[in-house]
Amino acid sequence: MRAAEDRLLLGCLRLAGAAAGSIVLLIVAYLLAEALPALQALGPLRWIRDASWHPAGGAGAGRFNLSPMLIGTAAAATGAVLLATPLSIASALFCRFYAPRRLGGGYRRLVQLLAGLPSVVFGFWGLVVLTPLIGRWQPPGQSLLAGILILTLMILPTISLLAESALAAVPRAYGQAAAAMGLTRWATIRQVMLPAAITGLSSAILLGAARAIGETMAVLMVTGNVVRTPASLLDPVRTLTANIALELGYALELHRSALFVSGLLLMGMVALLVGISEALRPEERHG
Amino acid sequence: MDRRPWPDGLAAALAWGVAMGITAVFGLVLADLLRHGLPEISLGFLLEAPREAGRAGGIGPVIVSTLLILAVCLLTSLPIALATAVLLAEFSHGRSGFARLIRASLDGLAGVPSIVFGLFGNALFSLALGLGFSILSGGLTLACMVLPILIRSAEQALREVPSDYRRAAAALGISQAASLRQVLLPCAAPGLAIGVVLGIGRALAETAALLFTSGYVDRLPGSLLDSGRALSVHIYDLAMNVPGGEARAYATAVVLVVLLLVANALTLGIAELWRLDGGTSR
Amino acid sequence: MSLPLRPQPCLEVRQLSVSYDRRCVIDAVSTVMHRSRITAIVGPSGCGKSTFLSCLNRLSDLTPGCRLSGSIRLDGDDILSARTDLIRLRRRVGAIAQRPNPFPLSIRRNITMPLEHHGLRHRDRREAVLERVLRRVGLWREVRGRLDQPALALSGGQQQRLCLARALALEPEVLLLDEPCSALDPVASGVVEDLIASLRGATTQVIVTHNLAQARRLADDLIVFWTDEGRGTIVEQGPADAVFTSPQSAITAAYLSGSRG
Ligand SMILES: Nc1ncnc2c1ncn2[C@@H]1O[C@H](COP(=O)(O)OP(=O)(O)OP(=O)(O)O)[C@@H](O)[C@H]1O
Ligand SMILES: [Mg+2]
Repeated sequence: MRAAEDRLLLGCLRLAGAAAGSIVLLIVAYLLAEALPALQALGPLRWIRDASWHPAGGAGAGRFNLSPMLIGTAAAATGAVLLATPLSIASALFCRFYAPRRLGGGYRRLVQLLAGLPSVVFGFWGLVVLTPLIGRWQPPGQSLLAGILILTLMILPTISLLAESALAAVPRAYGQAAAAMGLTRWATIRQVMLPAAITGLSSAILLGAARAIGETMAVLMVTGNVVRTPASLLDPVRTLTANIALELGYALELHRSALFVSGLLLMGMVALLVGISEALRPEERHG
Repeated sequence: MDRRPWPDGLAAALAWGVAMGITAVFGLVLADLLRHGLPEISLGFLLEAPREAGRAGGIGPVIVSTLLILAVCLLTSLPIALATAVLLAEFSHGRSGFARLIRASLDGLAGVPSIVFGLFGNALFSLALGLGFSILSGGLTLACMVLPILIRSAEQALREVPSDYRRAAAALGISQAASLRQVLLPCAAPGLAIGVVLGIGRALAETAALLFTSGYVDRLPGSLLDSGRALSVHIYDLAMNVPGGEARAYATAVVLVVLLLVANALTLGIAELWRLDGGTSR
Repeated sequence: MSLPLRPQPCLEVRQLSVSYDRRCVIDAVSTVMHRSRITAIVGPSGCGKSTFLSCLNRLSDLTPGCRLSGSIRLDGDDILSARTDLIRLRRRVGAIAQRPNPFPLSIRRNITMPLEHHGLRHRDRREAVLERVLRRVGLWREVRGRLDQPALALSGGQQQRLCLARALALEPEVLLLDEPCSALDPVASGVVEDLIASLRGATTQVIVTHNLAQARRLADDLIVFWTDEGRGTIVEQGPADAVFTSPQSAITAAYLSGSRG
């Protein structure tokens, strides 16, 4: 039997824990509740079959094709992950194996700092520095390419930090054994360290992808936000997240509900990626 | 060591190159911000109200709103986070179904994109609870968002307290509540503080979740039920919606980044102190 | 030595089994520890002595995956029952760990904090207890000038004596000591040993030790644990003299004479 004081405390703690644990359910519940009118009125297919995205006219006159935004999100995230993956793994390898100890520590701090920089600052920098640069080459500059580059910059630190901890989880003895066999450093990394850390690395990349899909401000500020399926890297695009940020302010009724449907979609994609990534991550929890 | 096969050297060169490239880009971004932003910053800029949609004047009310949103966020999230962390670290041995459920749900929460928090906050706090576009709505939305970070770091901090102290307290017939109050929480204080600073950093950096919860109004808020514009929202608005707002956007970005750097330095400082301390004092 | 002629049972253990994550480490042991006497527990490493001791104040509850069965009666009440008031139990049954574990507080707070928690409201009375127990463990002269300094700055021997003082301040009826001297040098170890001897007659003490000479010097009763494929059992028990002079089995005879174990 616990002390009375402890029973009281435990009661309060359970209450707080339940509150904290139920927020994610609350989020799903509210998204569903708000999305339901549109899902009921429009059915499952109009989201990809409608002629365009002109959601203001209600179920009859409105057009609700989300596919340009879906493609925009997919293209921007894929591009960013493709670019960021080799760079962040190289960055993690540098930190872990190539940098002298002090320098490695300082570099890690820098990457941590980079990971904490606000997306609106990245977006702003992209808007005033990056897009004019691209625009000088191929106007208007606000484009899928700009989105990919800024997203790369944003997810690179995340993936790099996670990749580094995945590499750090590989037992030191593996590397020493390989070195003792006379393997060079690169051979050790390629044949021993990277394969041993592969699940952790995949998990890091998936989390980076989730972050890229969910990112709003930075893409919103540099991609031009035209609702059109992009034909090239230099076309402007609009992502799902940017679409919500741009339209929620004035959206009414079915339009608003449609935005919650896209929110639900986003949540689903991100949850899937995070779920797989969690499943891959090597067990690190207590108990 | 004198003649390495070529892939070895190439790999090393690539790793160094990428790291230097990342450092350079980071330096470039910061330098650009500082070069354009610093000249705009003065005491007047920090204190005055914005004029002409932000093209002139300062960011005084925006700073106040930001701090108020942050205060609401921390005042609501900290107690819940601390309690949940204590529950997870001290009362559940990591195996109970309830604890597992909470953990899974928090992992899920940590992955929710910030714009989805915006949708949720708008639907729940602004509309369903009738708080409208207000500091309160924004702060509460951010509270939901930072909860996983706060809980994770607090749980970690508690787990790092040696279990000897728990056994010693229990063996003396001291209740868990008292041992937390007297021994465990004070021991974990530096770790807890680091978590709080991390949470503050995340909250300060957030924009998308605030657009439709705390809103855009750039006047000095009269109460927590007034809309108030956060620094990050101010940058966004100046950059996207105000022609000629670029200079002030730069300056605001510098203020925001400096705040974040200070927060970062604070965590490092706390960690450093903790290490020097080695747990011998107190 | 002034012992009551007929020893009275204080702790009665019946058919106690303990497992960690379903792995049985103590297998159905039964024994009795007598009031106001010193019972020493000896046996090879890993045979479950610490585990056994931690059951006597239910500190085993703090180890995840640790399960007990059987019964332990303290003055007739089964302390393994779910209704046991653990706070009261642990106040009555104090314990000293093998590794000194003072709180990361000041020397003074290490002793006054538990007192305060157990309802000693008067500051002056707490201070009086503080001085009394610190004198008792021979620490008063060493630390009286720096009572407000961190306890973790003390030497290992001083820390262990502080822990003893902290336990004594609560005036426990039973004191459990798990190798209290193993981290100490011979001088500090002697101080602690004298203290344990001086509590004979007043407090029921159960001490685990690897030091057979110490067991010989201190013990009124002796319990010998042994391990059989990882399962700890009691192979000898009784008055210390009797067990030392005529052990039942050859293995324990060899162990107790120092030629094995
Ligand atoms: N927390 C635990 N979890 C799992 N097994 C444990 C735990 N503590 C002890 N054991 C196991 O229980 C058995 C008995 O351990 P115990 O510490 O009680 O032995 P001991 O007799 O005190 O040994 P020593 O003389 O070395 O202190 C050992 O096999 C040990 O591995
Ligand atoms: Mg032991």
